[in-house]
Amino acid sequence: MDMTGAPSGPKSQPRVGLFVTCLVDIIRPSVGFAAVKLLENAGCKVVVPSQTCCGQPAYNSGDRESAKKLARQAIDAFEDCDYVVAPSGSCGGMLIKHYPELFAGEPDLAQRAERFANKTHELISFLVDVMGVKKVAARYEGTVAYHDSCAGLRELGVKTQPRRLLAGVEGLKLVELTDAEICCGFGGLFATKYGELSNAIVARKVDDIRGVEPDTVLAGDLGCLMNMAGKLQRDGSPIKARHVAEILAGMADGPAIGEGKPEPAR
Amino acid sequence: MSVAATSAKFKENAHEALTDARLQGAMSFSRNFVGRRAAAAARLPEFEALRDSAKAIKDHTLTHLDLYLEAYEHKVRASGGEVHYAQDAEEARKIIIELCKSMGAKSVTKGKSMIAEEIGLNDALEAAGIEPVETDLGEYIIQLRHEAPSHIIAPAIHLTARDVEQEFRKAHRDLLPDRSLKEPEQLLAEARQVLRAKFLAADVGITGANFLVAETGTSIIVTNEGNGDLTQILPQAHIVIASIEKIVPTLEDAAQLLRVLARSATGQDASVYTTLSTGPRRPGDPDGPRAYHVVILDNGRSAMLGGEFEHMLRCIRCGACMNHCPVYQAVGGHAYGWVYPGPMGAVLTPSLIGVAEGGQLPNASTFCGRCEEVCPVRIPLPGMMRHWREREFERRLSPAPMRYGLGFWAFFASRPGLYRMATGLAARVLHLAGRNKGRFASLPFAGGWTRYRDLAAPQGATFQSQWRSRSGAVR
Repeated sequence: MDMTGAPSGPKSQPRVGLFVTCLVDIIRPSVGFAAVKLLENAGCKVVVPSQTCCGQPAYNSGDRESAKKLARQAIDAFEDCDYVVAPSGSCGGMLIKHYPELFAGEPDLAQRAERFANKTHELISFLVDVMGVKKVAARYEGTVAYHDSCAGLRELGVKTQPRRLLAGVEGLKLVELTDAEICCGFGGLFATKYGELSNAIVARKVDDIRGVEPDTVLAGDLGCLMNMAGKLQRDGSPIKARHVAEILAGMADGPAIGEGKPEPAR
Repeated sequence: MSVAATSAKFKENAHEALTDARLQGAMSFSRNFVGRRAAAAARLPEFEALRDSAKAIKDHTLTHLDLYLEAYEHKVRASGGEVHYAQDAEEARKIIIELCKSMGAKSVTKGKSMIAEEIGLNDALEAAGIEPVETDLGEYIIQLRHEAPSHIIAPAIHLTARDVEQEFRKAHRDLLPDRSLKEPEQLLAEARQVLRAKFLAADVGITGANFLVAETGTSIIVTNEGNGDLTQILPQAHIVIASIEKIVPTLEDAAQLLRVLARSATGQDASVYTTLSTGPRRPGDPDGPRAYHVVILDNGRSAMLGGEFEHMLRCIRCGACMNHCPVYQAVGGHAYGWVYPGPMGAVLTPSLIGVAEGGQLPNASTFCGRCEEVCPVRIPLPGMMRHWREREFERRLSPAPMRYGLGFWAFFASRPGLYRMATGLAARVLHLAGRNKGRFASLPFAGGWTRYRDLAAPQGATFQSQWRSRSGAVR
């Protein structure tokens, strides 16, 4: 992969801490390695400090104290990084928008959270907006639809960046969903707490996806992707789901989300 | 006590709504609002700036609410009207019924009012032997059905034209069977014909208010049917029922808010009728009521002032939040179980009837943020739903399995070494368990997910363990 367009702004080889997110860490490490490849090709030195979870499940469940504990842990862990980058708009939104809110009223911690937020970015917008990446040298034969995950879109303004990089992927055809900005119904613990309701929302989302006939649906958040993939699979749809980083890094050879290894040819 | 709530049974209500094919068909209409609002906002270059000033007007008013309420009251009195304060629903009902009785009222016409819904006014009037007649078409339909509104600006949005036809054929006894009621216009004409007699017979007209203007003592309503005008002009008395946060300082402020209200609600530049009324008929006036009363309801709102839910009092009841809400779109308004549905209802309901009763509502959100994105007065709705979850968690009202589950998870998540071991083990075990298909069709403890969707299995070793072995355990 090469890069056209010189990075503007950041110092050469910035030290980027990958906040891999707990879902990618546990369910789909390949997204983490795709992120590493994209960051390294953009000229970053990638480090992976010991980490767990951003604390969002606790924060959104009303357990503010647990969320603060995890926030302090993350802020400490990435202290010596120039940037913190997460392959997720949802976790990114937590780190960037909600960490400072968590410590409102505690000036010292709030200031640290603010500094941390200022150096933290969602992966694709970091590549485009901070590192100045204009094109990735990846190839993907197929038609994809891109779903705008809510937190990335509305909290962080991730909208044009992934489309811009996807446009440069050879062989790839991007089709737009009718309602790309409507929630897929994941919502973290909402998906299990209100399973029936979540299902009704994702059913509408996969109808939209099927309507534009892609072979693969992409997004920047593994939670939404697992939700959409799980619904498509339950319905028997052949449409696959992948994290956008896998395509951009040219690492879409392995099984898609929730797919097993291809059966050996007999 | 306000009208009875079933908000605590939100899940059961939602289940009923999701399995009601008729309702699901009717709900598709409400999605039309989305495109109309977007087009209206796009036509007005200063729309975003207007939202900022709308928010600023409301914030300023709330900071000085006592002052503006007094100024408003003074102006109403000066114009010959009366102001009555009601601390709760019961007091409001009592004031209104006593006013009606003192005027010997037998029949009351009503403009659309969410506050009247909140205090359960129709039932109270009926119990007092006074016939309430809803004159907004949607409200008229749901009154025939003995239902609550399912949307704050489109109360009968859960019904199709066919449902309405059936209702009219049942209720309007002298309706000829061969009369066509297939088209919405025909339904409207039929309702108009029935309501005309009611308008003329009514002793009292009751309306809500979109704004109460402190500068002039004026109440403002917006409608698309003109029914509000006939309700407040024809009878001998006009009673306005409104909550304390409807106050705005000046006519200019009201005009600014009107510019965002209809655009956010229906995508109109302005509603068809915007009607200002100030006091009773003056000498020489050709028409208008002989008496003018305003009942100002608190019902828990003053307790929200100065607290974390004060933002909610900016709400101008446009309905944009519910029109853009994936949860509301899926289940409709009745599932919310009280007066106010959608995101604004999810925040307001626990404030007004308590978090023990209304606490389900702020939990039933994906936090997608679309409501906040479109709110004309920029109410941070998801943030306030999260505040309710915090209040619930503090009071240990959230379900025990969830609290214990979270505690268990937080124990590991705050111990990175232990967490890596535990997640590493779990990922491997689940990988092996799901390796043939790469996913699970069912999994213990994940039934809420796997009942409806497959669940992706882990690829194998966690990212962190792979990274460590790749980079020789360098931290």
